[in-house]
Amino acid sequence: MKKSLRILALLAVAVTAITWIATGADRGWTKTSKDIKTLDEVTGIEGITHKPTFIAGVDFLALGFGGAVVLFGASFIFRKPSNKPNTNQTQTKHKPNQQLNQPLNHKQKI
Amino acid sequence: MKLTHIIPLVSLATAVYAAPQSFDFKDPKGVNNAVFKLDAPLESINGSASGVTGTVSFDPENPAATTGKIVIAAESLTVPNPMQKEHLHSANWLDVTKYPEITFEAKSLANVKTEANATTADATGTFTLHGVSKEITVPIKLTYLKDKLSARVPNLKGDLLVIRANFTINREDFNIQKGQYEDKVSPTIDLSLSIAGAAVTQADVSATK
Repeated sequence: MKKSLRILALLAVAVTAITWIATGADRGWTKTSKDIKTLDEVTGIEGITHKPTFIAGVDFLALGFGGAVVLFGASFIFRKPSNKPNTNQTQTKHKPNQQLNQPLNHKQKI
Repeated sequence: MKLTHIIPLVSLATAVYAAPQSFDFKDPKGVNNAVFKLDAPLESINGSASGVTGTVSFDPENPAATTGKIVIAAESLTVPNPMQKEHLHSANWLDVTKYPEITFEAKSLANVKTEANATTADATGTFTLHGVSKEITVPIKLTYLKDKLSARVPNLKGDLLVIRANFTINREDFNIQKGQYEDKVSPTIDLSLSIAGAAVTQADVSATK
């Protein structure tokens, strides 16, 4: 679960960044239409038509990156499953180290 | 035919010819538009309105006598950001349900200057927005295009009148979020109007039948 959330967070960052760049890296607000100006040759008036186009803005970036941060943060809720090691074995492993350390400490004192 | 019969006919024809023409601004081509711009911190809010209607009485021989009313459907105001559009139409801002029309009724023209087919003037009239009417004076340019209607609309003959106007209003004058959100949305709104009206001549109407 922890790993999945982190992968999702990474994907969210990637998808957000790629979409923002692919739609023109607009530094304004997200737009769902684009103005197309057409010149009326008789009157000289520039007519405006609205072409449905998605242009990701900085609010889209904030939402995407914010979502990624939330996902990444949520991944810390889930702890890595422990292998439940044998406590006796660990103690026996540490004992020699402690024994090794003792003479050293003793030497230092001397 | 006696001369006494001809004189009234000639004078009647002259009077009809010299009479101001009524130009209808409901554009079948959908080109007419009003553009508005408001400064905002991230980027300026640029929008447009296409629902333009109205009539203007214009006499090419006497442009100074021009009067008329232009109506913009508030519902047709649009901005590229859907959330901004929703806010714009809402009761907090323009309240398009309660105030469906934005109008300018020109009553008089001053500083009229005509050169060839173009006339510039300062039009004084009543501007109504958000249910508030205020008398304003805006610089306008009128371009009279004689017999050019057929070039735009086949089977119709007549004249065209192009009106252009650029002016600034203060949203607070029209009770639009007065004193509110000034750091987010500029209180001044730049407006730009580019519209064309058509006057179909009587003879051409019969020709199309």
